[in-house]
This record gives sequence, C-alpha cells and structure tokens, in this order.
Amino acid sequence: MKILVAISKVPDTTTKIKFTAENKEFDNSGVQFIVNPYDEWYALVRALEIKEAGGGTVTTITVGKEDNDPVIRKALAVGADDAVRVNAEPTDAYFVAAQIADYAKKNDYDMVLTGKETIDYNGSQVGGMVAEIMDLPYISNASKMDFEGNKATIIRDIQGGKEKLEVETPFVLSAAKGMAEQRIPNMRGIMAAKRKKLTVVEPESADALTEVVSYALPPEKGQVKMIDADNPEELINLLHNEAKII
Amino acid sequence: MAVLAFVDTLEGSITKSSYEAVHYAAKVAEKTGESAVAVTYGDASNDDLKALGKFGASKVLVHKEQKDMNPRALTTLMQEAVAAEGADVVVFAQDFTGKAVAPLLSARLKAGLVSGAVDYPDTDNGFVVKKSAFSGKAFAMYSIKTEKKIISILPNSVGKEAGEGEAEVVEFTPALGDTRIKVLEVEKESGDGEIPLTEADLVVSAGRGLKGPENWQMVLDLAKELGAATACSRPVADMEWRPHHEHVGQTGVAIRPNLYIAIGISGAIQHLAGVNGSKVIVVINTDEEAPFFKAADYGIVGDAFEVVPKLVEAAKAHKAAN
Repeated sequence: MKILVAISKVPDTTTKIKFTAENKEFDNSGVQFIVNPYDEWYALVRALEIKEAGGGTVTTITVGKEDNDPVIRKALAVGADDAVRVNAEPTDAYFVAAQIADYAKKNDYDMVLTGKETIDYNGSQVGGMVAEIMDLPYISNASKMDFEGNKATIIRDIQGGKEKLEVETPFVLSAAKGMAEQRIPNMRGIMAAKRKKLTVVEPESADALTEVVSYALPPEKGQVKMIDADNPEELINLLHNEAKII
Repeated sequence: MAVLAFVDTLEGSITKSSYEAVHYAAKVAEKTGESAVAVTYGDASNDDLKALGKFGASKVLVHKEQKDMNPRALTTLMQEAVAAEGADVVVFAQDFTGKAVAPLLSARLKAGLVSGAVDYPDTDNGFVVKKSAFSGKAFAMYSIKTEKKIISILPNSVGKEAGEGEAEVVEFTPALGDTRIKVLEVEKESGDGEIPLTEADLVVSAGRGLKGPENWQMVLDLAKELGAATACSRPVADMEWRPHHEHVGQTGVAIRPNLYIAIGISGAIQHLAGVNGSKVIVVINTDEEAPFFKAADYGIVGDAFEVVPKLVEAAKAHKAAN
C-alpha cells in the first residue's frame, strides 16, 4: 500500500503561549517544536504498521519552509521511508490542503492520513479539505482501521458513539486515539533518518480563504476559592447560590 | 439571502449544540437583515423541527431519507441548501459531525471556514471571528476573506435562548449520491437514561486518585444526584477502569460543560486541554500542590473517599429541597 501521511509542525504541548508584534504574531522564541502528536502517534504509526504487515511505502508531506526540516527528520526517525516538503508558508488550512491534494493526485496514493487536528490551531480542517479536493471519501476521527485487500474496516467517532464502516481505497482519513501507540525512535532510526530523502517541491498556486489578524490570551483565572474538607456541603451551596449552575 | 444552520440529531433528538448553531445563525441573520434557515437530515420529529422556530429559525429544510452521517453526502445537502436559499453564511457546531462536514463544504464552495468559534462575528471591519486556539490556551481572530463564509462554533460558547415562534418545515430531497462509505453498525456510548458526555451541562470526572475501578460508585452517585455525565482522565481509560469514551483531555474528547468536577486528577496540561473551556471547575485532591487548583474556581484539599460521599448526601439534600 502506498501511503501519504500529512505531518504538521506545532509547539510542544507544554509550551507557554505568548504573542508578539502587538498580538499579531505567535512568539516562537524559546519554543520547542514537535510533530503534531495526532499526526505522529496515530496517523504515521498506523501507516507504518500497515506497511510492515503488507508491504508498501510511507511518505510524509509537510507544507512549510526550511524551519520544518528538524520536525520532518523526527518523522523519518520514527520510520517513514521518505518525506516531501512543499516550500511555502502554510497560510491557512485550505492553502495547505490544496498543496497536499495536488501532490497526492500526481503521485497516486492508496490513502492520505492526517491527525484528527493540530494542537496549535485545532481546526480539524485539512483532512476533510484534501478529501473534497481529491473527490475521495473522508473518514474523520477514526480510532481503528484494518484491511482485507483494498477494503478497509474502520471505526470512527460520531456524536454519541462509534460507527463501524467499510470503504475501499483510495480514501482520506483523520486519525484519533486508539489507532496506534506512540513509537519512540531509536538511535538506528535517528541515524537512518539523516540519510532518507527529503524532497522539496514548490507550491501550486492556491488562495488562502482565511487569515489570522490577531491573537489574544484568555483572562487570568481568578483566585481559587478553597472549601474546608470537613464541610463539603458548602460546595453545593456555592454552586447553587454563587455560581448558579446547579 | 439567508444564514444556514446545520442541525444534527442523536437517536432522533436534536443535539444541544445544534440548538446553539441555530441560535447563532439567527443572531447573525438579525445583524445582516437576513433570515435563519435550519438544514437537517434523518429522524427528528416534525414537532421538534417546528420548535426550532423558538431559537430563531424561520424555516427548516429536512432530508429524511439520509440517515447516515456520510460527510460527502451531507456536504452535498448543505451545498444544495446554500444554492436554494442563496445563503452567504453557514453555521455548524464543532462536534464530530461538524468536523466531518464543514471542511468539505468549505473546500467545495471555496468558502472560508473558521472552526472552533467562540463568539459572534465582528462585521465592523470585514468579517472577523474569534476562535479558540492552542488547545484552549489562547484565542485567534480570523478574518474570512471569501464571499461565502462558514463558522463552526464550539459547544457551550454562545449558549442558546428559546423565545416564541414556529419554523416552517419543508422536505428538501436533492440527490446526495456518494455511497462509497458503507456503514456496518453503530455502537451507542451511553446506556438508556444516561447523559452522553458531549451533551452534558454538568460533568463529574475522576482520576487515578480513586485507586481502582471498584471505587467509582460514589462518582456515579454524585453524577446521578447532580444530573451530570461522568468522565475520567487518560490513565483511568488506559488502565480500562472506565470506558475510553469517558476519557477527556488532549487525546480524548474535549468538553466545555458549565460545571466540571475533577476528583483525584492532578491536572496535567494534556488533561486541561480537554476541559479548560468549562465555565466552572471544581477540584478535589489530597495534594494541595496539584496543578489543577490553579485552573480551578473552587477547590477542596481532602481525601475523596471522605469528601465525595458527603457531597453525594449534600447533593441529594439539595435536590430534595429544590
């Protein structure tokens, strides 16, 4: 199976978020960047498992400038065969999806996988947009995927439960928890990653449909009100009379 | 011209976040002098659909033959509705259905999408929507640059108000095509009479501090007395003390209830990412240094095994008195 996995560079989960230029830009000073966890732990690792079981290739694709290369090498260290970087600022989800769809169309993949969302903009948009642009079925928030030939049996999250479905390749899928387990790259993987092919391609023209104009931080949380452990009844009283939510 | 709201159902009932989407669409329509039209599929009763008028819909388009949440079929439904109503704004709820459908509609119509919106659009300078970003740690203001606009709102961010009114219900049955995804079976998460986590206003959640699955009865009791849903932290789901669908946090489900009570959960940043949109957070923990207290509105430092049974009694007394 020939699999394309979309990989995004995001600030590490524990990053203290700050902005600069009068709240118009994300302040990346001192920020450690990682592969978006859903892309890495679930989409990429499941792709590798499928390849290990039945043969094929796993290629990652990232839309971004050179500063994405360390994160792309990390995905190669986890086990992807090679990587593609579309050399452009990822201005919005549609622009990114258009680049990925364009590359995927030209190179005839059985599957395009993404994480269920990125932990920076939390959009959950790129996978669905890629599917739509490529005129392929889209399976979102999938937690399990098994194959028999080119037919996949997939479990995905829907409102209030889970749905089991069947679909034939090619398709686009966004991966969630349950799909696979995180793999920590070993030294051999890290060394091998340095020699793997990272192809840089120039972007196709596509318009961004949206634009970030500014950022804001949430208001500081007020002081927590402590309640005596011997008198938890007071909590019920406060939730009723003060917070007015019960 | 119209503002459309996508309405989803769960076992024949309209979901809470769909009412919010209709309310949001009606508010936008009020501002722009348009009317709000709800679009839905499946099994909601005609009475429930008419009642969407109370939340501001003047009309409801319903495709009853479409039963499955098939993203590309529902995208076609919305595309046809946009054309039929001459809509310029479409509102979704950012739940599993919204995440599956809104991006497709955005790409199909080349209409800019802001997903995870937490407020009404600012139309004074263009069309700018505030959305949650960085897993709840910040907000981003997004300008939508296209003529048609799609907004997917986070549950419980703008609320809903019921007024008077009745919507006209119209059967709307364009051909939706796309049968490439075949649904085999659907498994419900919640038992009969239980509140699904994503629909809950109040949530009681517990973590490793409870020491074992045999100790969950008091959590279930507290949830029952408050009329809350139950949730858990990641280790609890990973150890299979509780079902996976109860796991809230970065890798689990993100929720935004009015009240989140966390019992025996330390409050790792990954857990907070799934609950920091809650309106009021209560933390009960033996460790006064637990980081969760910094994100809490109310806190109790104490042993859950002593505190929670007392809370159950207090909640019971409160329920009896109110």
